[in-house]
Amino acid sequence: MSNIVIDVQHLTKQYELRHQKASSYSTLRDTLADRVKALAKGQLSNQTKETFLALDDISFSIAQGDRVGIVGRNGAGKSTLLKVLSRIVAPTKGRIVLDGRVASLLEVGTGFHPELSGRENIFLNGSILGMSRDEIKKKFDEIVAFAEVERFLDTPVKRYSSGMYVRLAFAVAAHLEPEILIVDEVLAVGDATFQKKCLGRMKEVAGEGRTILFVSHNMDAVQKLCNTGILLHKGKLVTSGGIDDVIGKYLDQNSSEQAVFEFDPPAGADLPGKIDSVGIENVSGKPVAEIPVLTHWQVRVNFTIYKPLDHFILGLGISTLMEQPVRTVWDSAKPMKPGTYDAVVSFNDIMLAPGIYKLIIGLSEQQRNFHYEDNVVTFEVSDAAEAKPDDRIINYRSGLILNQCPIQIRQIS
Amino acid sequence: MGNRIVIEAEKAGGNYWKDLFTFKGLLYFLAWRDVTVRYKQTVIGVAWALIRPLLTIVVFTFLGSIYGTDTNGMSRILLVTAATIPWQLFSAALNDSSNSLVSNTNLITKVYFPRIIIPLSTVLVCLLDFALSLLILAGLMLYIGHTPTWTISLLPLFILLTVIGALGFGLFFGALNVKYRDFRYALPFVVQLGLFVSPIAFSSSDIYNRPELHEAVKYLYSLNPMVAVIEGFRWCLLGGTFGVELKYFLISSAVSLVAIVVGITYFRNTEKSFADQI
Repeated sequence: MSNIVIDVQHLTKQYELRHQKASSYSTLRDTLADRVKALAKGQLSNQTKETFLALDDISFSIAQGDRVGIVGRNGAGKSTLLKVLSRIVAPTKGRIVLDGRVASLLEVGTGFHPELSGRENIFLNGSILGMSRDEIKKKFDEIVAFAEVERFLDTPVKRYSSGMYVRLAFAVAAHLEPEILIVDEVLAVGDATFQKKCLGRMKEVAGEGRTILFVSHNMDAVQKLCNTGILLHKGKLVTSGGIDDVIGKYLDQNSSEQAVFEFDPPAGADLPGKIDSVGIENVSGKPVAEIPVLTHWQVRVNFTIYKPLDHFILGLGISTLMEQPVRTVWDSAKPMKPGTYDAVVSFNDIMLAPGIYKLIIGLSEQQRNFHYEDNVVTFEVSDAAEAKPDDRIINYRSGLILNQCPIQIRQIS
Repeated sequence: MGNRIVIEAEKAGGNYWKDLFTFKGLLYFLAWRDVTVRYKQTVIGVAWALIRPLLTIVVFTFLGSIYGTDTNGMSRILLVTAATIPWQLFSAALNDSSNSLVSNTNLITKVYFPRIIIPLSTVLVCLLDFALSLLILAGLMLYIGHTPTWTISLLPLFILLTVIGALGFGLFFGALNVKYRDFRYALPFVVQLGLFVSPIAFSSSDIYNRPELHEAVKYLYSLNPMVAVIEGFRWCLLGGTFGVELKYFLISSAVSLVAIVVGITYFRNTEKSFADQI
C-alpha cells in the first residue's frame, strides 16, 4: 500500500444564494436596510437566503504518485473541490490533510501583467505560483524553450498572440516542482500540438512520483493522463476508482434513455417565460430515445410566454460530450404574445455520426437569455442497422458529419 | 516532505505567519510589478512621483501665507514640506492598500497565498515614492541652508508610525471593501478631507493655542493620527519645540496603534471568505 498524500473527510462547501438580487455586489446600505426590515418583522434570520451545497459530504484519499482525473458535468463541484484543496476557499465542514507542497493551476497565466515583458512575467507568474527566485532562475531557459518564445522575451505580453501567451503561461506552470499538482481545465486553450506537448509534460511530471489532480471535460485527455478517477455529480461523490471505470460511469450518466425532458420553472420570480419541455422525435412526431444514424429527426420545444415580448428568439445548439460545439441554429426575432407555444426544429440536412450529444436550448428577449438549459438534454445517434446498404458511409471515424458531397472526376489527358 | 497542511472548517490555518515567510518573494515581486508597470507609456515617467508632492507643497505654502498661520519663526516652505511628505505617504498607502484586494481579484480567486501580502506590497511601493520625495526635502533644506540636529535620528520612528496607521486602516477598509464596495467611494473622499484638517498648511499650535476653542475640539482634533506624525516629522527635521502636548500626542499615536491591531484582526478573520465574496 503506497502512502496517502491527500486525505479528505466529510468535505462540505455551502454557498448562500440570494434571490432578490442578481448582482454580486452588496452595499452596506442594502445590508443595513435588510437587517432593519428583518428586525421590524421580528425575524432574526434573513429568510430570503437559500443554501446550496457545492460539495456535499465528500470523502476520499489519494496515494502518492496517483494521477487522478476528476470528472462530472458542469456544476458537479469539480472546480469547487479544486479550490478548496488549493486553499483558495475555505470548506464549510470537513477536514483535509495534504502531505507535501501543493501548487495549483486553475487558470493559465494567473497574474500575468500585459505591460510586462515575457521575461518579467516568467518571474512574476513563477513567484505567484510559489516558486522561489532561485528556482525560477534555474528553470528559466527550460521554460523559454518549452514556450518557444525566445525572440519575444523582451516584448510586453500584451503584444503576444494568444497562442504565444498561453504557451508561455503553461510553460511556467509546467516547471513547478510541487509534490501535489492541481490542474483545472487548462488544456482547453491552445492548439492541438501544444495540448499534446502539455499532456506529455504532465505525464513526465507524474513519472517523477508527483501526485496530479486533473479536471477536464476532455475525456480523451483524462484517459491518457490519469490512472484513477473521481466522479462527482451535483456535489456528491458518485464513484472513485480506476479511470476507465469512472469514465465509463460518467458516460453512462450522460447516456440518453429519455426522449422528453421536463423543466422546473427556473428560480427567479420575474421571468418573461420558460421552457416547459423538450422532446427528441422522429419525423412523424413520435418521441424517440435514440435517433438511428442517417435518419432525419426533430426537436419539439414546448414553452410558455408570460409577458408580451418584442424581440424573441428561440435558439438550439448541439455539442459533443467533450464540449465541442457542433452546430447552433436560431429563429429570426419576432414579437410574442403571452401563451403556451410548441416549436418544432427539424434536423433534416446534416447527418451526425453515432454517439451521444448534448442539446442546448435558449429562449431570449432582446438578445438576453431568460431561460437557458445547457446541461439536461442529451440524445443519442445510434449506430443502428437501419442504414441502407447502398449508403456511401463506410467509416464512422471519418468525422462528426456524415454527409457526403458531390465529387466530380474528369479525365483531362 | 514534512510539508503537512491540514485544512479544517472554522479554523484558521496555524502556519499563517510561517506561510507569510515562505511567500516573502511574492511580496517583493508584487511590489516590483506595481513599480515597473506604474510609469509605462508615460513620457516623463518617474518624475510624476516628484511633481505631485511639489505642487501640493507650492499650493499649501501659498495658502498658509495668505491666512498667516503660525510658523514659529521657521521657514514656511520647510514646515509645509515636512508635513506634505508624510501625508502623501499616509494617504497613498491607505488608499492603495484598501483598494489592493479588489484590484487583485484575479489572484485571490485563483491562487493561494497569505492575502495580507497584497496590501503589504502596495505599502512597499508607497515607501519607495516616499523615499523619492525625501529628495525634494533634502534639496530644499540644502537650498535654504537648514541643518538638522540630532532629532533627525528619530525620524524612522515616525515613518514607522505613519506606516502603522496607514496599514491598520488600509487592512480594515480593504477587507470591508471586499464585501462592501461602498468604501471604495467613501474612503478617497474622507482622505481628501484629511488633507485639510491635518496640520499641513497650518501648525497644530494654531489649534492648541487658541483659548476660544473648547477643550473637546482639541481632543477631537487629536484623534487624527496624522497630527502626531506630522508634528513629529517637523520636530525631527526642523527642530524647535514639539508642536503637540504629550497627552494629545499619545491620543493621536494611540489611534494608529489601535488601527493596526483592529486592522490585522479583522483582516485575519475575514480573509478566508475573500475568494467567495470578492
